[in-house]
Amino acid sequence: MSTVIFLVDHAGGKVAKATGELATFAKTIGESVAIVFAANPAEIVSQLNTFSVDKVITATGDWDKNGAAAIADGLSQIIAAKKPNALLITSSANGKEIAGRVAVITNSGIITDAIGVDKELITTQSVFGGSTTVHSVVTTGTPIITLRANSIEPVATTSTPPVEEFAVTLSEAAKLATITSATPVVKGGRPDLTEAAIVVSGGRGTSGDFKPVEALADALGAAVGASRAATDAGWYPHSHQVGQTGKTVSPQLYVAAGISGAIQHRAGMQTSKMIVAINKDPEAPILELADFAVVGDLFNVLPQATAQIIARKG
Amino acid sequence: MAAGVLDRANVDAVLNDLDEYAVEEGLRIVEANSPTKEAGEGSGHSITLISMGPERATEAIRKALSMGADDAILISDMALAGSDALATSLVLAEVIKKGNYDLVLCGTESTDARMSVVPAMIAQRLAWAQLTFAGKVKVDLAASSVEIERVTEFGNQVMSAKFPAVLSVIEKINEPRYPSFKGIMAAKKKTITTISLADTGVAASSVGSSAAWSAVKDALPRPARGAGVKFTDDGHGGEKLVEFLVEKRLA
Repeated sequence: MSTVIFLVDHAGGKVAKATGELATFAKTIGESVAIVFAANPAEIVSQLNTFSVDKVITATGDWDKNGAAAIADGLSQIIAAKKPNALLITSSANGKEIAGRVAVITNSGIITDAIGVDKELITTQSVFGGSTTVHSVVTTGTPIITLRANSIEPVATTSTPPVEEFAVTLSEAAKLATITSATPVVKGGRPDLTEAAIVVSGGRGTSGDFKPVEALADALGAAVGASRAATDAGWYPHSHQVGQTGKTVSPQLYVAAGISGAIQHRAGMQTSKMIVAINKDPEAPILELADFAVVGDLFNVLPQATAQIIARKG
Repeated sequence: MAAGVLDRANVDAVLNDLDEYAVEEGLRIVEANSPTKEAGEGSGHSITLISMGPERATEAIRKALSMGADDAILISDMALAGSDALATSLVLAEVIKKGNYDLVLCGTESTDARMSVVPAMIAQRLAWAQLTFAGKVKVDLAASSVEIERVTEFGNQVMSAKFPAVLSVIEKINEPRYPSFKGIMAAKKKTITTISLADTGVAASSVGSSAAWSAVKDALPRPARGAGVKFTDDGHGGEKLVEFLVEKRLA
């Protein structure tokens, strides 16, 4: 029986949704072991009850102080002691850095930005802007695999897994950088762009007015994205940029409003399960990519759609 | 001026596609701490570009030199082709070790392989502080310390560390300068030292595609998306859109 450990991602005392996906992947491979680094692990562990978790390992400490270096050190010590068959981490900026460091420390191969991993630990990646699917396997050490959010529907169960506390002694090298203050992202009530099941994005066609985009996003419970044209013009914050130099998203539904669909933008959203596009230009490349395309003015189409959705919920 | 009192801040940039930002940030650090407010000779500091790639990479290097960096090391070897992030970080770390650098600045991601793990791996290998995804950099030369504002999807963090440190900068940190005519002329005289893998001390068996610790089993073109429904708005476009979403159970 394989044992797969995965890193529980949490911020502000709340476990990230994508962690449930890691648990689901781990469970399909073998025994699913959640690793919790927290100052107060109990509050995090209690949120794992709905995930596919067989066992929890906690490491209590001030993990917000030294960043990726400390967590990587801790994970490597757990790998050395428990000898799991693989480590899964969510593909975030932080997650990938932790994964990279663990790979160096444990002399292991690493695969990043996977969208799937099977029982034989063969990963699936979508590369070249989603045009090619690659299957790979780690051949050395403990496979370190980072998985993109929204890769799988998490299986909801109820479990009360046993919890084991693991004592980590941090090396000096893990304490070189110190985090002196942190400002969490102001959520504004909308889901995270990279975690959201639905993303509504606006581009040049908004002419700087994102209100109809935001209104539709809110009606759908979606995150708001933007094309590079829109963020470079200062119409929307860069943190919302979808594309090659921005975020890569892979939601259930991607709505592109007033976005022409340049290759750089497509690279960031092409693996979305369903794509809807609204564009005035019947020649816009995004329309060819869309499962449903409306050739029309987003200032007419979006408000009508928003009103319709609100009315249906009524 | 007591330029000699200052610690020598060798700033190095691993040059890659997005790394004009790293070069620019290096120049700004040097300029802020230079008695002449200029990079180059007389600043008491130097910026070395380190790049791993084919000979043609010298073109990109020459551009960065014309922006104001002092010299460059190009690691070029056929054996390096197909190196993964682990091998790349190993070679770069060995070269960095041989220099006398205080800070290493990297771009956040190379645009061809979206594996932003290399800076973290270099920091781990060197046992230097890791200060990555910087949207702001502040160097205190007297204290030999550096503070950054780390910008990620989860928010911002202020992080600090003593030299030496590995930094990566995000794309929007600055507006990279255009090389001046003077800079372009000066760059022609600057040294690009090309070294082979053997010069780095890393064994050929540790790099290249055959040494990669992961293997591609297959790569298949993604099946083309089936042609979708195209609807020209006749005043009911929004309603049709919602009908589609409801049918797909998305609204």
